Amino acid sequence: MSDSEIPTLVTQDMEDLRGVWGEERVAYPISISDIRKWAIASYWPEKPPRIFWDEEYAITTKWNGIIAPTDFNPFAWPIERPPQAPGPPRAEGGNREPGTRGMNGGQVETFGVVMRPGDVITSKNRLKGWNERETRLGLTLFSETEIEWCNQNNEHVKTRISTSIRY
Amino acid sequence: MTVNIAFDQIQIGDELPAWSRKTDFMNWNRYAAVNDEFVYIHMDDEVGKAALNEQGAFGMGNLRYTYMLNALRDWAGDEAIIKECGLQFRAINQKNDILTVTGKITDKQSQDGELLIFLEMNVINQAGEGTTPGHAIVAIPE
Repeated sequence: MSDSEIPTLVTQDMEDLRGVWGEERVAYPISISDIRKWAIASYWPEKPPRIFWDEEYAITTKWNGIIAPTDFNPFAWPIERPPQAPGPPRAEGGNREPGTRGMNGGQVETFGVVMRPGDVITSKNRLKGWNERETRLGLTLFSETEIEWCNQNNEHVKTRISTSIRY
Repeated sequence: MTVNIAFDQIQIGDELPAWSRKTDFMNWNRYAAVNDEFVYIHMDDEVGKAALNEQGAFGMGNLRYTYMLNALRDWAGDEAIIKECGLQFRAINQKNDILTVTGKITDKQSQDGELLIFLEMNVINQAGEGTTPGHAIVAIPE
């Protein structure tokens, strides 16, 4: 099917789930070792800042202990894999069918309290909305997903608005 | 590097010190491992080519976002608070690219007891092409 034959990339499940918060997910408690590994990987090959791995130093800062890097993801490595966000089927490998091709458009995050060892983060997300229009790629769908994280004290950790692009 | 910068000394138009990494599978695989981000286009040249990237596998956008945050942290110091950061992915991170995070201060304000710095951000490659235009807001200690 060519691009011109596709009237819309918006699916019924997207219409049904627009603005509806999904089920909450709870991450495993954040471990000091996971923070250290994250910092090493993301600063590789340089040594990461001591605030992420040196307790003796970290306790002298206003944080009074080690904190996680701002982008630390406590939801990595779940036993049960979360379902994919609603939308058209994703392309696999060389699939070039219109509407199945996609890319990560970007994101904006607003941050609240920092994450620390021992924190248990809860996440919920929803399909915030979308915008569909013709671009140089053909019919293109820009979908926004909103994700909210809070910690075990119900303090806001972050909100992410991410944009996925399908064409 | 608890506190690196002073609000009074920051000028609009000031730029962040350049923060660079040469990226290849050593960076990508480590990041994939901690973020549980194993996607074939980032791991397998054949799949990357099938996805119409002639050079094969390419880097994950999330890692460039991480670099942006790392550059902000290294500039502002451990006691700064990154309040907001955002970007758009406009170009691919090819293997062996030398990526440099750039930042320019566009405003500074005292709001609700916080000293806020507003920045225009990007991650440029060795050809000087911006790959991820973005922005950030950082609160710095008094």
